[in-house]
Amino acid sequence: MSESQATAVYNATSSPPRPPVIQMLGIVKRFPGVLANDHADFEVLEGEIHALLGENGAGKSTLMNILAGLYRQDAGMILLRGKPVTFSSPRDAIQAGIGMVHQHFMLVPSQTVTENILLGLDEPRFLLRLSEFDRKVAEVSERFGLKVDPRAKVWQLSVGEQQRVEILKMLYRGAEILIMDEPTAVLAPQEIEGLFTTLRAMAAEGKTIIFISHKLQEVMAIADRVTVLRKGKVTASGVPARGMSRAELARLMVGRDVLFHLEKEAKTPGEVVLSVQDVYAENDKGLPALRGLSLEVRSGEIVGLAGVAGNGQRELSQVITGLRKCLKGQVWLSGELVSNKPVQFGIQRGLAYIPEDRHQVGSAPNLSITDNVIMKSYNKEPIAHGWMIDMTAATRFAEDLKEAYEIMAPTVRTPARLLSGGNLQRVILAREISGKPRLILAVQPTRGLDVGAIEGVQRLLLAQRAAGAAVLLISEELEELISLSDRIYVIYEGQIMGQVTDGNIEKIGLMMTGTPLSQIETGD
Amino acid sequence: MGQASATTGGLNRWLPYRIRFEPRMKEVPAWYPLAVTIGAIVVALFLGGILISLAGGDPLRSYAHIARASFGNLGVFSDTLVKATPLILVGLGCSIAFRMKLWNIGAEGQFFLGAFGASAVVLTPLLPPESPTWLFIPVCMLAGILAGALWGFVPGFLKARYNVNEIITTLMMNYIAVAWNNFFIYAVWSEGGFQMSRMFSRSAWLPRLADYAREVPLFRGLTVHLGLVFGLLAAVVVWYIVYRSRWGYEIRLIGDNPRAAEYAGINIRRNTILVMMLSGALAGLAGMSEITGVVHRLQGSISPGYGFTGIIIAWLAKLNPFAVIIVSILFGALILAGREIQPSGIPKMIQGIILVSLIASDFLLRYRVRIVRLVEEA
Repeated sequence: MSESQATAVYNATSSPPRPPVIQMLGIVKRFPGVLANDHADFEVLEGEIHALLGENGAGKSTLMNILAGLYRQDAGMILLRGKPVTFSSPRDAIQAGIGMVHQHFMLVPSQTVTENILLGLDEPRFLLRLSEFDRKVAEVSERFGLKVDPRAKVWQLSVGEQQRVEILKMLYRGAEILIMDEPTAVLAPQEIEGLFTTLRAMAAEGKTIIFISHKLQEVMAIADRVTVLRKGKVTASGVPARGMSRAELARLMVGRDVLFHLEKEAKTPGEVVLSVQDVYAENDKGLPALRGLSLEVRSGEIVGLAGVAGNGQRELSQVITGLRKCLKGQVWLSGELVSNKPVQFGIQRGLAYIPEDRHQVGSAPNLSITDNVIMKSYNKEPIAHGWMIDMTAATRFAEDLKEAYEIMAPTVRTPARLLSGGNLQRVILAREISGKPRLILAVQPTRGLDVGAIEGVQRLLLAQRAAGAAVLLISEELEELISLSDRIYVIYEGQIMGQVTDGNIEKIGLMMTGTPLSQIETGD
Repeated sequence: MGQASATTGGLNRWLPYRIRFEPRMKEVPAWYPLAVTIGAIVVALFLGGILISLAGGDPLRSYAHIARASFGNLGVFSDTLVKATPLILVGLGCSIAFRMKLWNIGAEGQFFLGAFGASAVVLTPLLPPESPTWLFIPVCMLAGILAGALWGFVPGFLKARYNVNEIITTLMMNYIAVAWNNFFIYAVWSEGGFQMSRMFSRSAWLPRLADYAREVPLFRGLTVHLGLVFGLLAAVVVWYIVYRSRWGYEIRLIGDNPRAAEYAGINIRRNTILVMMLSGALAGLAGMSEITGVVHRLQGSISPGYGFTGIIIAWLAKLNPFAVIIVSILFGALILAGREIQPSGIPKMIQGIILVSLIASDFLLRYRVRIVRLVEEA
């Protein structure tokens, strides 16, 4: 059904054209020091799924925030069904039928779904007859296949369900045009498929959907047409998604050719560096997260760990680094026991850790780049000088790294919070790799980065492999795992389901959903 | 991109301009915070001036009087510095705890304990009364520092070990400290039934400039005592700890992002206890300096809320140790000169206005104000 829907729209654009529902003409938006939108034109047709593609910082969100009434353009105009409109608040926009679902949800956790949806509306006026509105919400959710219990409290819902509530909020307010800001960033793979089904159903009902993303494969999977932004300028306007190749889209986005296939030199792995043996651990809620997990990583190889988020990946990385208690089993690093040792113990022995969360774990936002890069070496010569820190040495160290890793910042005194995602990740990589690690534990190292930055991170990991480091790459991006890894383990509910060496995506998929490799093979 | 910039609403209809606040994306130049601070003080003095004229006074004359009464001559400036001395030490203590986001609001109690510790040396007596000054000073310092550090250790330990909220424990321990001192004043060291101890022997007093008036006539009547040197040295030491030492780096990292600190292998619990102890030790030293430098006996009213003013000072100084000195001197002046105008009332209000203005001016450091023309023609 989605196929036919998509082709229908495609045909409609080529034969007698459908009227554009939204036209943004010559939009200029300036932020201090940045030209976020530079005479951007954007046109969306009624009932289509239109992807707005661009790297981080290309101005996608800004352009859509203008459309949703959150910002006001410095120049240019917006036409809604041919008539000029000005929105001075999101309220104005939603009254005109334009609603935006933000990347970060704006929900009250302690209230029910219905209460959240009614929040800020004029109806009901005084008395809350919730049951009546529960029914209305249920009706809307039924119509668009957005399954969610109106009476559930928001904190009880999964991220995917919360997103549905946000969508419902907009639909309930009568949105005809729905802007989704990077909706898949927070979702697990199965949830993404569910979201796509919903979006297609909504388009079939005549809603217009604008889908902001920087992920090529998603855009190709869901969009009818694509507009590409680069550095605030439109580089492709409303091209049919089906007529484009990934390489073409990537070039429009980044402005140069992007290599999808990384050169990986052949290398025979050396001795075992990391050995995880029958490890048990609990998650934050005290429930079993790792249940007898074992794996090995040798020097000079990249080993991938695939799995749906929440199957124990986070806990495993914490057990290896010493941040989480290991209840049973052991973790060995080059023949030394590291489980249940202080975090410093592993750091001293060449364990580098690129955490999943750059902002909340990997960096200190208000401290300078210098302070951020010395995080693992502030207590070692030459930066440490007895009790003191040798600031000259620290500054020199930071300046060398800034140059070597191409960290874009005015000076090394710039606080980390002013860096873009890609630059911040470079700071973290520079810090971790500069210590000549034996083992690199990289968790989602490219998450949220744009195509250019992803390539840089992947090259660095390959260079470390060539230099003889052992790399354990934990990621949810299967494609990345397959292109980088020598072997891939699959984790499911805290256990290893098996490993593949040939990048067989079908086997990985089956194991990710809980079928052990032994069963798959006997099943053949 | 940053969050939505705030916009003003209703005025749009009459004015073709809007005021817009935008979060700063770049660092401000070095002179800017100073300019903003001075601007805020000017605004505060202007508002205070309105207040004074409403009360029937002449603002300019009042301000001139304040300035004269605190900075007018060497004698009053010396009194200002005496008032500033405990503030510097307490402010430093608060600043180091706040740096790690430990909300030590128990400096008042730590100050009292420091005063008690120093008094105990003289009154118990731990040292015979005829001991020389060079022995009294270090022993009293040590006692004051240890007593203050102990008062910091308890909430620090509770926080580190059982995650007890330090705001509550430090606040409550203030009351214990005051009552503890009162017990000794009323029951143990009471002199002739009065609620105060006997006067300390002269050799237990911190030397004052006036003590050297015979050699340097200029020093006659100057009350500045050795405690000021403690304060200035402590500022240098705290600066070195915070910005140049490994320990200071750990403190700054924990303060900015405890999860990153944990990830870097830093022991947060140990630092919680150590920093609370250092914070308490500095406040305790303030108590010791006040008791041996100014009061010279243990009595009930030894602090007009120095411990709490220290919180404000640390905050206004943006936790910078050297700024603590300057802010403390300004506050010392306000305390001293305020009393000249009116025992309470207007001067305290002006203090409050300055405080509010300074804190509000922080907004200008984080946001840019832009005046923009409305572009739409509809």
